[in-house]
Amino acid sequence: MSDIETLERDLGAQIEAAGDEAALETIRIATFGKTGSITALLKTLGAMQPDERKVAGPAINGLKDRLGEALARRKAILKDAALDARLAAEAVDISLPVRESAIETGRIHPVTQTIDELTAIFTDMGFAVAEGPDIETDDFNFTKLNFPPGHPAREMHDTFFFNPKPDGERLLLRTHTSPVQVRTMLAQKPPIRVICPGRTYRCDSDQTHTPMFHQVEGLVIDKTANLGQLKWILAEFCKTFFEVPNVKMRFRPSFFPFTEPSMEVDIQCRRQDGEIRFGEGEDWLEILGCGMVHPNVLRNCNVDPDEYQGYAWGMGIDRLAMLKYGISDLRPFFEADVKWLSHYGFRPLDIPSLAGGLSQ
Amino acid sequence: MKFTLSWLRDHLDTNAGLDEITETLTRIGLEVEHVEDQAKTLSAFIVAKVVSAVQHPNADKLRVCIVDIGGDEPVQVVCGAPNARGGMKSVFSPPGTYIPSKKITIAVGEIRGVESRGMLCSAAELELSDDHNGIIDLPTDAPIGMRFSEYAKIGDPVIEINLTPNRPDATSVYGIARDLAAAGLGTLKQSPINAIKGKMPCPVEVRLDFSPDNRKLCPVFALRLIENVKNVPSPDWMQKRLKAIGLRPISALVDITNYITFDRGRPLHVFDADKISGALEVRRSKTGERLLALDGKEYEFDDSAVVIADANGVESIAGIMGGEHSGCTPETTNVLVESALWDPVNIAQTGRRLGVTSDARYRFERGVDPAFNHQGIELATRLILDICGGTPSDVRVEGNIPGVTKCVIFPWSEVKRLTGLDMAEADMRLILERLGFTFSGTGEAATVSVPSWRPDIEGKADIVEEIVRIVGLDHVQNVPLKRIVTISEPVLTTIQRRTRLAKRVLATRGLVEAYTYSFVSRAEAELFGGGQPELSLANPIAADMSDMRPSLLPGLLAASQRNFDRAAYDHALFEVGQVFKGDRPADQKIAAAAIRRGLAGQGGRGRHWSDAAKPAHVFDAKADALALLASLGVSVESMQIVAGAPAWFHPGRSGTMQFGPKSVLGHFGEIHPRVLETLGIDGVVAGFELVLDALPQPKNKTTRLKPKLVASGLQPIRRDFAFVVDAAVRADDILKTARGIDRALVAGATVFDVYEGQGIEPGKKSIGIEITLRQLEKTMTDAEIEAFSAKLVAEVAKKTGGVLRG
Repeated sequence: MSDIETLERDLGAQIEAAGDEAALETIRIATFGKTGSITALLKTLGAMQPDERKVAGPAINGLKDRLGEALARRKAILKDAALDARLAAEAVDISLPVRESAIETGRIHPVTQTIDELTAIFTDMGFAVAEGPDIETDDFNFTKLNFPPGHPAREMHDTFFFNPKPDGERLLLRTHTSPVQVRTMLAQKPPIRVICPGRTYRCDSDQTHTPMFHQVEGLVIDKTANLGQLKWILAEFCKTFFEVPNVKMRFRPSFFPFTEPSMEVDIQCRRQDGEIRFGEGEDWLEILGCGMVHPNVLRNCNVDPDEYQGYAWGMGIDRLAMLKYGISDLRPFFEADVKWLSHYGFRPLDIPSLAGGLSQ
Repeated sequence: MKFTLSWLRDHLDTNAGLDEITETLTRIGLEVEHVEDQAKTLSAFIVAKVVSAVQHPNADKLRVCIVDIGGDEPVQVVCGAPNARGGMKSVFSPPGTYIPSKKITIAVGEIRGVESRGMLCSAAELELSDDHNGIIDLPTDAPIGMRFSEYAKIGDPVIEINLTPNRPDATSVYGIARDLAAAGLGTLKQSPINAIKGKMPCPVEVRLDFSPDNRKLCPVFALRLIENVKNVPSPDWMQKRLKAIGLRPISALVDITNYITFDRGRPLHVFDADKISGALEVRRSKTGERLLALDGKEYEFDDSAVVIADANGVESIAGIMGGEHSGCTPETTNVLVESALWDPVNIAQTGRRLGVTSDARYRFERGVDPAFNHQGIELATRLILDICGGTPSDVRVEGNIPGVTKCVIFPWSEVKRLTGLDMAEADMRLILERLGFTFSGTGEAATVSVPSWRPDIEGKADIVEEIVRIVGLDHVQNVPLKRIVTISEPVLTTIQRRTRLAKRVLATRGLVEAYTYSFVSRAEAELFGGGQPELSLANPIAADMSDMRPSLLPGLLAASQRNFDRAAYDHALFEVGQVFKGDRPADQKIAAAAIRRGLAGQGGRGRHWSDAAKPAHVFDAKADALALLASLGVSVESMQIVAGAPAWFHPGRSGTMQFGPKSVLGHFGEIHPRVLETLGIDGVVAGFELVLDALPQPKNKTTRLKPKLVASGLQPIRRDFAFVVDAAVRADDILKTARGIDRALVAGATVFDVYEGQGIEPGKKSIGIEITLRQLEKTMTDAEIEAFSAKLVAEVAKKTGGVLRG
């Protein structure tokens, strides 16, 4: 019996002293392997007398179990220690910067964002989006819109022209989005509800003008359209677009060749420290022109002005963006300076919607 | 258009104050741009007496004044004016006063050690004149403590309105008064202008030298001689008003014409009769004729202007500006007064061509009241006789006042139809009557006669506007627009949806959206396949903005270089917008393009510790293009990618995306170094351009159901192969070969390695591909896998000459 005790003390000490899993494995093989000490002891059982075996059997098996447990215990400890050591070795400087992801650096231009906002608002009111070419005929840009011959806008001074064709036709770059009204009326029967965003051009370049800019036109033609509706639409639009609960608006009689009666619309605002706030203040800011479509325009587009009536409005998209987002200068809109675009642009998935909010 | 409040009150009997008047003007469409109320600006300035003025102890040029300002205690003021002296009366501004000319507010201060509580003012400091040679010296009876503006009777507020071009009637103070009266702000004062009988016939003959179809250039011309006038300075009241609206008084004869121009919107001209030689001939100008005009500038005519000439040549640009030679001077004793009508279009064109603006042009190009032609000359005669004396001739009239009265059949219901505003007929009538309209007929519609001073009124809608603008647009109630459908239906077209989506997709790839001009330089247009004469502007605003862009790339490349010059070396830009292949509507396409430059590849921007920096290259551009196409629903797998692209791309590093030679979607690659050099760009720029209109239309789906997912519980098998092929062999051909062996079996084929160099013969390359085999129903046996491998190796050898790498 003292052999077993000695063996147990000896092996137990070896197991506890094992420094790593490999050393422990060596012990395990020396103990439980084919030629292991416990294996040898177990083999002795077969040669014993039953009485002797009755005593020695449980003792040896007990030793086997205890050593097995000790091995497992030690193994778990060593495994944990090894993992701890590995983890400690694997530690990194988590303060290192990661790459900016593409979705962080990409930007949407303020004009695109504003057009998407306008589209969200007006499509909800049942408007479609109509478009037309930038290169227009004099007829669609001026004549059908009731511009009299000799109107200053028809001069080279104001409008970009192409060289006359052999047949005398002289194409131009549209000076407003209104020719899209004409194209829409000629192409489709009332009722009509469209907005027409697009690029427009005028020979103008200074602090507040660029030779190219963006406008959006709205047009409604049916049998009941009237100024009261137009006022409602514009009021709803301004509230929704500027995201304020109330906008006080002022409708001033004005003049455009293609509308009669014509109005200019101011919204109330407060100008302070170079900032404009809407829905408060005592100042007025002109934001758009509008009116009932001139009977001559309707007639020019094959719409009977005694049967149908309609209204239209037009406003500057760049200007709306400037007002809403506090951009002070128009010219950088078209300079593609990445610093400006990164600052004033919008994140790729800031997609305006009425349900989720126009701006984030 | 500028006028003063007292001037307006000459024509409008009203109790309304300045604020009510200006608010009403804006409300009825005469938008007030500016109000200058000098009385308000100068309200703090008071009359004061300088009790004593002694030498400042510490400054030679300053005096210490004790000033009586009408309060209990006199105040001490340090003053630098040379004329400050004890006993004089002057104008004092207490601390807290804003000095308009200096844009400062006076405070209690210490000047060279002496306290000063306010300021004695010069006329210049009050912006009353240019005189700053000392403080204002008032008469000794000026009451101390009185408001200076009250004492000096200054402060007739000046109102400036921003006039729309359709309202010639409101280029006169009288016309503005008529509008205000119609709006209920008072009564229009109307006094008849009586004709003055001449004492002799007008001795100067007038000839209207126009062909019958050009008669409209000058329908009527009235002329009167007034003899023995004294061209004195005009009276104080007239000078004050002219000065208030920014006109410089010159002499009575000139000032009278200017006054009537603003008072009645009736421009007139006065010639010094002694400088006119022979008859006055009204005719077209002749090319090369010249005139030194009253603004001191010489104008040269072509054959399109209308002029008034005599034996000396051109004496006046009709309806715009008179000539220096025949102008009136203080020595003028005999004057010819002209009142005529001119064609608005011709006046506008002449004015623009010659670059001359004048108050007369401003009115004639808008349309002067034809019916007032003769009253204008009579009104001028009256004023000249009153101010300058003299003997008038008869009025000589050539031509006729165009006598067309416009009538509009106006159903009273039209106001409600167009505006929604419900008004009583009587109220509508009253407004129109006050504006000068007359009616005949009763019942549902009236025949409305349009007053001669309203050329802008043509039809029913114009009359509706007159009524609603006067009653006020605020009275029009907002009416909600009824929905046609309960829930909005999709309204965007395919190209509109694709345009919107394309922008978002490209932005999520780290590209920054640019808007560049639709026009580029001729050279840029030509470099990128454009430059057709029909796309070249006749009047570009700048030489580098002369041609419509055939591609978005030149604009983006120019933007790239501007960014580079501002030290933004690594950047990725895109634009989605119109390009022009011709000048017809169908030639305008929507393109999407992007460029990447420097360390701005698809992996990210700038250097980073985690991987070696790699400048943007052709595969960044390819990845952008394919990601965009896939997002737009284009089947990228069935698309062909052909080596090479148009001339502005690097021939060996570019590709064309197409479904066939006739259905090209676009191109990607590195921009040709020669093109970059022409554009002044160093280094490599990679980019792509697609025409969104060229993409196949999405299929019309009858169901939203997606096809069933075919999935197998068995694991796919992956095998790698490496082939050594000629360097010119396309990897894609190997992949296609692999896929083609058994489309049901081969689930994927991709390149995991491309190697050239040691171990591979020069002129060859090794391409490593990974093949994924789909096991649908049963596990493949080793023999089946072997059979596939053998077939693959054989096919690749057949198609590309490649051999399995040992």
